[in-house]
Order: sequence, then structure tokens, then C-alpha cells
Amino acid sequence: MAEPATDVVLTGWGRTAPTAASLRRADASGVARLLRDAGPRGLIARGLGRSYGDPAQNAGGDVLAPLPGWIDEPGPDGSVRVSAGTSLHDLMRHLLPRGRFVPVTPGTRYVSVGGAIAADVHGKGHHVTGSFGEQVVSLDLVLPDGTTRTVGPDTDPELYWATVGGMGLTGVIVAAVLRTIPVESGYLTVTTQRLPDLDAVLREMAEGDARFGYSVAWIDTEARGRSLGRSVLSRGDHARRDQLSGRAARDPLALPRAPRLTVPLTPPTSLVTAATVRAFNELWFRKAPRWRSDELQDVSAFFHPLDGVAGWNRLYGPRGFVQYQFAVPEAHADVVRRILERLAADRHPTFLAVLKRFGPGSPGWLSFPRAGWTLAVDTPARPDLADLLAGLDEQVVAAGGRVYLAKDARLRPEIVDAMYPRASDFRELRARLDPQRRLQSDLARRLHL
Amino acid sequence: MINALGRPQTVLLLGGTSDIALALARSWAHEPGLYVVLAARPGPRRDAAAAELEQLGCVVEPIDFEATDTARHPALIESVASGRDIDVAVVAFGVLGDEERAWQDHETAVHLAEVNYVAPVSVGVCLAERLRRQGHGVIVALSSVAGERVRRSNFAYGASKAGMDGFYLGLGEALRGSGARVLVVRPGFVHTKMTAGRDAAPLSVSAEQVASAVTKAVASGDDLIWVPAAMRGVMSGLRHVPRSLFRRLPI
Ligand SMILES: Cc1cc2nc3c(=O)[nH]c(=O)nc-3n(C[C@H](O)[C@H](O)[C@H](O)COP(=O)(O)OP(=O)(O)OC[C@H]3O[C@@H](n4cnc5c(N)ncnc54)[C@H](O)[C@@H]3O)c2cc1C
Ligand SMILES: NC(=O)c1ccc[n+]([C@@H]2O[C@H](COP(=O)([O-])OP(=O)(O)OC[C@H]3O[C@@H](n4cnc5c(N)ncnc54)[C@H](OP(=O)(O)O)[C@@H]3O)[C@@H](O)[C@H]2O)c1
Repeated sequence: MAEPATDVVLTGWGRTAPTAASLRRADASGVARLLRDAGPRGLIARGLGRSYGDPAQNAGGDVLAPLPGWIDEPGPDGSVRVSAGTSLHDLMRHLLPRGRFVPVTPGTRYVSVGGAIAADVHGKGHHVTGSFGEQVVSLDLVLPDGTTRTVGPDTDPELYWATVGGMGLTGVIVAAVLRTIPVESGYLTVTTQRLPDLDAVLREMAEGDARFGYSVAWIDTEARGRSLGRSVLSRGDHARRDQLSGRAARDPLALPRAPRLTVPLTPPTSLVTAATVRAFNELWFRKAPRWRSDELQDVSAFFHPLDGVAGWNRLYGPRGFVQYQFAVPEAHADVVRRILERLAADRHPTFLAVLKRFGPGSPGWLSFPRAGWTLAVDTPARPDLADLLAGLDEQVVAAGGRVYLAKDARLRPEIVDAMYPRASDFRELRARLDPQRRLQSDLARRLHL
Repeated sequence: MINALGRPQTVLLLGGTSDIALALARSWAHEPGLYVVLAARPGPRRDAAAAELEQLGCVVEPIDFEATDTARHPALIESVASGRDIDVAVVAFGVLGDEERAWQDHETAVHLAEVNYVAPVSVGVCLAERLRRQGHGVIVALSSVAGERVRRSNFAYGASKAGMDGFYLGLGEALRGSGARVLVVRPGFVHTKMTAGRDAAPLSVSAEQVASAVTKAVASGDDLIWVPAAMRGVMSGLRHVPRSLFRRLPI
């Protein structure tokens, strides 16, 4: 079933580059029809719009709203069948009382299962569980010609690994079977460390991450010179029942809740300025303990600290913001250093950067994670960033690294193949699978995917 | 597509030999592989412009464009847009000419009105239709402060600019919610071939200054700018000067 279309102007989470599309609502049974009827500008599926740039936009074409969410009972092996429109928020609330948890969660739980597969998202546990696509048993994909195929890493590896990370361009995912992991509580035991500089945090992660299921560091991007890369490293594991005490013992599930605060409107100019950022970063670093172990944090506090404030992206004002996230091989920590130096020198206000050490990447053709370091930085979208970031792209590529498409809003098409060696295979597959180009997005147009 | 930092991938210059339009193309040419459609009358000026932009790494497609041949405009815009989206279209053609002839010589007056008003309306309608269908894109309309308060010394030109200014401001309103946008640019005196040999007015600027203001405004999503920005205040003052006094001002 499909409902009538409405005209909408859409952006990604960064609120840059708005374009107009007609928003279609349908359930899984209506998707084939929408694809077959798609006009010359095609259709793209949208999840919860948490990608920063333009992958879930389709100027002048159709955008499919998230399919109605539903979650089946987990099977005996813990796997669970869900609609692609289900949010990880709802999925966690469903699973926790059953003693299960998602194996991969990004830094926000307001993403859809479809979006998590299409971007092959990673979480703090990447060094242990890999990316989202590696925890999917199978998915139901409506192809551009309207036929539905169930594909998995074993049944149709080519189509599967093109779809995982494929940014919605191989078909519309309508349902998926996901693995889950057993947990005893909705809490984590967390070890927090304050580290004085980049070398210290890199060393600590390389040597100690294996002892934890989850690990991520927040870098103070305002620190320069000897303090460059000073950070707070936060690592943890799911807490067993017998590790809970106090409030946590009384409410061991601590189901994640809706945001408590909302940014009600967009301020006329960005509140993220050099001054506010410096003050915030300083305060945040000072407040962190030098060392604290076995602290209990609930799922929201540990995995999704930003989800507490709805619409925080509005704080960047009407021009919006971009996130630059890149990954480089283990041996190229020097690129992380140079990029931190460059950002600090240029005085672009950047909140805390997030540093993570990835485990081996997945076979996804356009998947982002690869073994090594990844750094993510948010900054207001100013036109003078264009050349700066293009320069960083060159350094990343020279080190054999790449920029994350789910965060990107400004890459140039010529550089994509150097970052994603299978981009040409991806284009060929699309030409075969979708000769009429029923699937299109602003990202695909911009990057010639 | 225009990216998050306001950089277009394809620009259409209507009046592709205009000094201001070319300065704009040069400032966007930072983006390697920028695709520039030079819609202009054929001739050495267009050839030189194409060669210069190619030198900068642009991919240039020259096409023949005569402003007064409005019947051809729909097909022309359609053919440009059939190959690729138009991210930015610059309406840059215009004539100034001899101000005194422009109101005393019938042919000159009609021609000026056609090039400066009728033709912009003609391409504006075609561009709007196209950009609405593609769901994004910016039309940059080069208006002038001369149209903001029309004065005796160049009223034929000023009146034509006033007309095109009003049309494009209105078009911007009409396109709200369509993904397409209009940016109206009101420069003061710009040093280009149009004004060559004339005495510069106060607050005069270069074509590069206009280009830099326009690229910023496109990135910010503005819909109306003055170049230099101080012109806004000046014009706001002039608009309210009584006619009897305005007449005697040395402008
Ligand atoms: C605060 C914050 C923190 C984040 N942290 C992380 C992180 O730690 N790790 C990480 O990897 N990412 C992170 N992200 C990015 C986010 O996880 C991804 O962008 C994710 O894809 C968003 O999912 P979504 O449902 O919002 O999809 P959208 O942003 O709406 O769409 C993303 C892509 O998925 C495709 N898609 C959506 N639904 C379907 C479907 N049913 N079938 C086919 N394709 C579909 C779209 O076409 C699009 O290409 C973060 C984002 C935010 C805002
Ligand atoms: N310069 C200023 O002080 C100033 C101030 C305010 C606004 N403006 C406006 O800015 C715009 C650009 O001006 P500019 O300063 O860049 O001047 P310019 O270099 O003289 O450009 C004007 C262009 O218009 C083209 N043109 C004229 N008649 C045409 C026709 N019938 N068909 C097709 N093209 C035609 C010319 O092309 P050819 O090469 O074929 O002749 C010329 O390249 C104009 O609209 C002008 O009114 C200029």
C-alpha cells in the first residue's frame, strides 16, 4: 500500500544543501509499485535522516519514508527479524527485557535498521564485533525492477556486500534478520582515563582495547603543542547482574528513554564558535577523572550521550555543519596527528573529536571501516572549509585511507575511487541492476556513484 | 549538485562573456572539473573565455545564445539541462550603452528594454521550470543599484534593471519550497568592459569582488545582496530622498 505523496524540502543531520522531493509513504508491499512508477529522477529510501549529508535526499524525485516498524520475537539462537523501518531505540527497548542487545550501535540510537545496513555503521565495539553488516543474517531487498530477493553473506555475497554500505542504491531493504548478543543488564561497567597527549591515547588504545568490548576516545581539538590530542578514553563492557549496585540494582534494565531536552528553534547564527567551543572542551576535560574504573553507566549515557538533547544539530544555526570522519591504516597515526594540528591551527571551531581504533573491515564494497584509526570532527559549514577539507582528503588518500560516506556532504567525485577501490564495481553492478536508474540520490549524483 | 559548502558542479553562464560572470566562474573553478556552459554570442570573446576556463581545469561547453531571440530560449535551457543538472545559472547579459540615446533613439531604447528586461524574464521562466523539476539549484540574477532608485542620468537602463530586479525577487518568492532558489545581486559601479572609459562612481568594485560576494551568498543561501555591502545603506538613504532634492544630487 502507498499513500499520496507530499512535497518536502530535506537535508541530512548537518542541515546543509536542502533539496526538494516528494515524500512517499508505503508499507513493504507497496515498495515494488513505487519503484516501478518512479519518474526520471528515481527514488531513494530514507531512514531517520541521521546521515550528515545528502544520501537520503533525492532532488526532484521520490523519497521513501521509513517503513512501519515491527519486531518479531527473537529466535532460540537470539536472532531477530525486524522491519527495516525499525529504529535501534525501539529495538533496544524490545530486546533488553528479553536479555538481549544489539551487537552494534552507533553514537545515536535514532537510526533505522535500513539506514544502519545501508551505511554499514560501526560502534564502540568495532574491534570486537565488526560493523553492522557483519551481524546481519539476511535481508529482504526490493530490487529496482520490483522483485524481492532475500540475500545474505552466504546466499548472494555479491549483492549482499554491495548493499551493505551501498547507501540505498542497490534496492530498498524491507526487513532483516539480525544477530543479537546476550546481556544481563542495561548497564555497562566503564573505565575512564584522562590522557595528556595523542601518543598516550594511541598507545593505550593499541595496547589495551582488546581487554574491553567497547572503546572510544574523545579528543580536545582545541589543545595544541605538547597537549595536542589530549583526550578522555572511555572503555567498558556489559555489566553482569552481580556487578550492579544501588539504583542500577533496583532497575537493572534501565530502558533507554526519549530525549529529556529539546532545542526548540534554530538560532540566527551558530552558537558553536571558537569561544564557546574552547570553554566547553576545557571544562569537559577538567571534569573527567584521571582514572576511574568500574563505574556503572546505562546504555544511553555510555553509547548515546548526545541523544539526551533532541535537535542539538540546530545549535549550528541556519548554515548547518559538516562532520569530517576519515579512517587510515594503523601505521598512519601520523595523518591523525597532522589533521589535528591543521584543524587546531586553522581555528575552525570544532567540538571534541572522536577517535577509535577499528578492527578489520567488512567485505562491504563501499563500507567505511578498515583496520586502523578513525577520527570524526564536527565543524560549522563555512565556505572557506572547502579547500581545507579537500587538502585533508589528499592526505587521507595518500595514506590509503577514506572518508565516511554517511558523514560526507562535500567530497569530490574524482577522489572516491581512490578511497573505495570497489566503487567501479559498484557502478557496474548498478548499471546492470538498475539500467533505468529507478534508484537515485543526491549523494549518488554528487559523487557519480 | 551544490555541496554543503556551497560549491556547484555545473554552472550555466547566460551572457558567458560578461566580465562578472567569468570572475564568478573563476572563483568556483577551485573545484576541479567544474562544468561551465558558456551561453553567449559566438566570437573571439567567447573563444577566449572558453580557453581561459579550460586552462583553469574547467570543462567548458560553449553554446550560442542571443538574448533577444526569446523564442529559442526554452529549447536552449532544455538542451543544457538534458545532459546534467544546472546547479547555478547566472543571468549576466545586459547592455548599458549611451544613456542619452537610450531614451531618444527608438531602436536603441527598445533593444535595451528587450535585452535587460524581456530576455531575463524569458530565461527566468525557463530556468524556474527546469530547477523546480530537478528540485534544487540557484538562479543568480545580476541586477543593479541603478534599478533601486531610477535616476535621470541613466533611467532607461535603470528602469530595465528595476523591472528585472522585481521579476527575480518575485520569482524567488514563487520558488520557495521547491528546492530552487533565486539570488538577486545589486552591484554598484563595477570595473568591467561595460563601464570601461567611464569615471568610476564612489564605492566602485572589481568583478572579482562581486564574484567573491556572490559565491559566499550562494553558500549561505541568501536571496538579496548589495556589492559592496555598504551600498545597501546608501541606497536605503537615497530611496527616501525627496524627488526635488534627488534631482539635484550629482549622481
Ligand atoms: C549523533 C550521531 C552519531 C553517529 N554516530 C555514528 C557512529 O558512531 N558510527 C556510525 O557508523 N555512524 C554514526 N552516525 C551516522 C548514522 O549511524 C548513519 O548515518 C546511519 O546510516 C543513519 O541511519 P538513518 O536511519 O538515519 O538513515 P538515513 O540517514 O535516513 O539514510 C542513510 C542511508 O541509508 C539508506 N537507507 C535508509 N533506509 C533504507 C532502506 N530501508 N533500504 C535501503 N537503504 C536505506 C538511505 O538511502 C541512505 O543512503 C551518527 C549520526 C549521528 C547523527
Ligand atoms: N559593470 C557594472 O558597473 C555593473 C553594475 C551593476 C550591474 N551590472 C550588470 O551585471 C551584468 C554583467 O555585466 P558586466 O559588468 O560583466 O558587463 P559585460 O562584461 O559587458 O557583460 C555583459 C555581457 O552581456 C552580453 N550581451 C549583451 N547583449 C547581448 C545579447 N543581445 N545577447 C547575448 N548576450 C548579450 C555581452 O556579450 P557579448 O560578448 O556577446 O557582447 C556581454 O558579455 C549586466 O547585467 C550588468 O547590467 C554591471
